Amino acid sequence: MKRKVIKKSKIPVLIKDLTMEYEVFAPVKQRGFVSFERVSSGNEACLEFQNTKKPPKEIFLPQTEILFSYKVSKNGVETTESPAVERKMVLLGVRPCDARSFVMVDKFFSSEETRDKYYSQKKENATIVGLACNHPLSTCFCTSVGGSPFGKDGMDLLLSDLGDKYLIEALTEKGENLIEKLPLFEDAQTEDNDKATELSKNAQKAVRSRVSVEGLSKKLDMMFEDPVWDQIRKKCVNCGVCTYLCPTCCCFDILDEVTDDGKRVRIWDSCQFPLFTAQGSGHNPRPSGREMMRQRIMHKFNYYVDNFGENFCVGCGRCVRECPVSLDIREIIEEICSAETK
Amino acid sequence: MNSVENSIRDVARKLLSEKKVDLIIGYEQGKVPLRTTPCFVNKIEDVEKLVWNACCDANLAKYSVGRKEKVGVVAKGCDARSITVCIIEKQIAKEKVFIIGVPCSGIIDRKKIDMKLEGREILEATVDDEKITLRGEDFKSVLPKKDFICDSCSTCQHRNPPIYDVLLGEKAPESTGVYEFSQVSGLEEKSTKERWEHFSEELGKCIRCYACRNVCPLCYCKVCFVDQTLPAWFGKTNDLSDTMIYHLVRAYHLAGRCVDCGACSRACPMGIDLRELLKKIEKTMKERFNYEAGVSLEKNPPLGEFKMEDSQEFIK
Repeated sequence: MKRKVIKKSKIPVLIKDLTMEYEVFAPVKQRGFVSFERVSSGNEACLEFQNTKKPPKEIFLPQTEILFSYKVSKNGVETTESPAVERKMVLLGVRPCDARSFVMVDKFFSSEETRDKYYSQKKENATIVGLACNHPLSTCFCTSVGGSPFGKDGMDLLLSDLGDKYLIEALTEKGENLIEKLPLFEDAQTEDNDKATELSKNAQKAVRSRVSVEGLSKKLDMMFEDPVWDQIRKKCVNCGVCTYLCPTCCCFDILDEVTDDGKRVRIWDSCQFPLFTAQGSGHNPRPSGREMMRQRIMHKFNYYVDNFGENFCVGCGRCVRECPVSLDIREIIEEICSAETK
Repeated sequence: MNSVENSIRDVARKLLSEKKVDLIIGYEQGKVPLRTTPCFVNKIEDVEKLVWNACCDANLAKYSVGRKEKVGVVAKGCDARSITVCIIEKQIAKEKVFIIGVPCSGIIDRKKIDMKLEGREILEATVDDEKITLRGEDFKSVLPKKDFICDSCSTCQHRNPPIYDVLLGEKAPESTGVYEFSQVSGLEEKSTKERWEHFSEELGKCIRCYACRNVCPLCYCKVCFVDQTLPAWFGKTNDLSDTMIYHLVRAYHLAGRCVDCGACSRACPMGIDLRELLKKIEKTMKERFNYEAGVSLEKNPPLGEFKMEDSQEFIK
């Protein structure tokens, strides 16, 4: 596939050109942190960042999404579908961990058997432009869970920061089409490719945080009733920070917002919340933090592995950095691995 | 190791060995620089894990609520005041808690440091009484500690726990010449419209993760009103009207109870200054009822009390 380069000074022009045809989402620095926002001009975007506070999942799976509206009258119920999303989108500057999370989340929402149209329409209309990590954070552990700072999974194009320019590598036909259309790129030279290869090697080594997940899923098979969950959950306050800021967590709830008319709304939900498994009868099969913590870990490192053959964690480290009580998933994994099972 | 840290370990060892408590709740070092994490010690050999420094940010009163065993809790001024409120409100039995009071001269605000570093990552940090020394891949930065403590700490009036079972180290000098409510002046000067816009913008960032509620020791309702479903009082979306109702009701529910420990603001991943409205309410409680939360075991919170001689006619 094609490899081109683009000067950093031309990025604002690139974004401006892209906005003619696409809705462009890019990292924007505001309020002291970086988040993916829709940009209308090139100068808003900031590609010199570590990672965004929130993962880009909300572009495809908004925290609140109206699925359809309805009216109840004497003649029955009349429903109105939310309009299909036909606009094309570009997500620019997605880190490899987050791009890889799309592949995992797609398995729920965009597989042949389980196509969720609300998610899939947006996802299918999007071109994902990744941005490799030259400087992984000390809390990043992508290499322990099958990723890499120069990983390409889930992307259509990959940008590598070569200093004053980016190497841009097309990974899919969609990606290739995008660079074909724009006149801003120059052909990549051998030294550009060599430099990217070297940066990739260095970045791989720079991910120093290691977590051993080997055999974890198998071990968890035997640990559903293990006392270790009582230990691990002790300091957890059961807020939604880890799950809401996790790029792979995508559990949701569906509810009706009723005034005169009604709206059926899908909202994010979290396994750490008391209502998550509360049943109509009042019974809750996961009544305490013990079961909630177990669910989060089991889903990531056991159930998903059983269903799809890989861990449901991309090692972005957001949960480590943002947990209000500094509960560290890397330590949780260590604790499970070192626990003696019967 | 500082002397207070040493004393915490000594006291913890003594309390556990004499079986005066079953569990010590304190802090241990976190894996990330400038972070500590709650630590639960019930074996004497684990006492060495306990630390005390300006990164001990969690309000550990949270973990004392509703415990059956007797606990010894490491408590800063604000944490001890939270425990006191919980005792008054019968959420912690007085005989079940041993307050290990520690004087505090302010907790480091990581968000202020992050703003200063503009995205550069801290790999190593040391903190002493005066300065914070940070090292990253290609930088070293020495910051004056006083400029990087939490807003709640810079106007704190109770750096030493008013109520405790043991107080360790030397008392921290209480701040003088600091107007306790200076941070709400800006809010008060705003017009109603401006205030509405301000709160709309701030609370518009909320992602409804409930970290603010869940780290708060005084948010102990068995079922929070946002989690009630029969009936569901209001929506669970992150639509501004839903979000705002959540924050406003929570703030009003804390009237006369909040001790301004700042845990909610520190916990918010989106950087919302949740203290702002709470501080305004705290000011009103002080002006109207001459009440300060958590400084006495005798006085009930004004909104949790009924008096026949109440000056307000409507209440009788």
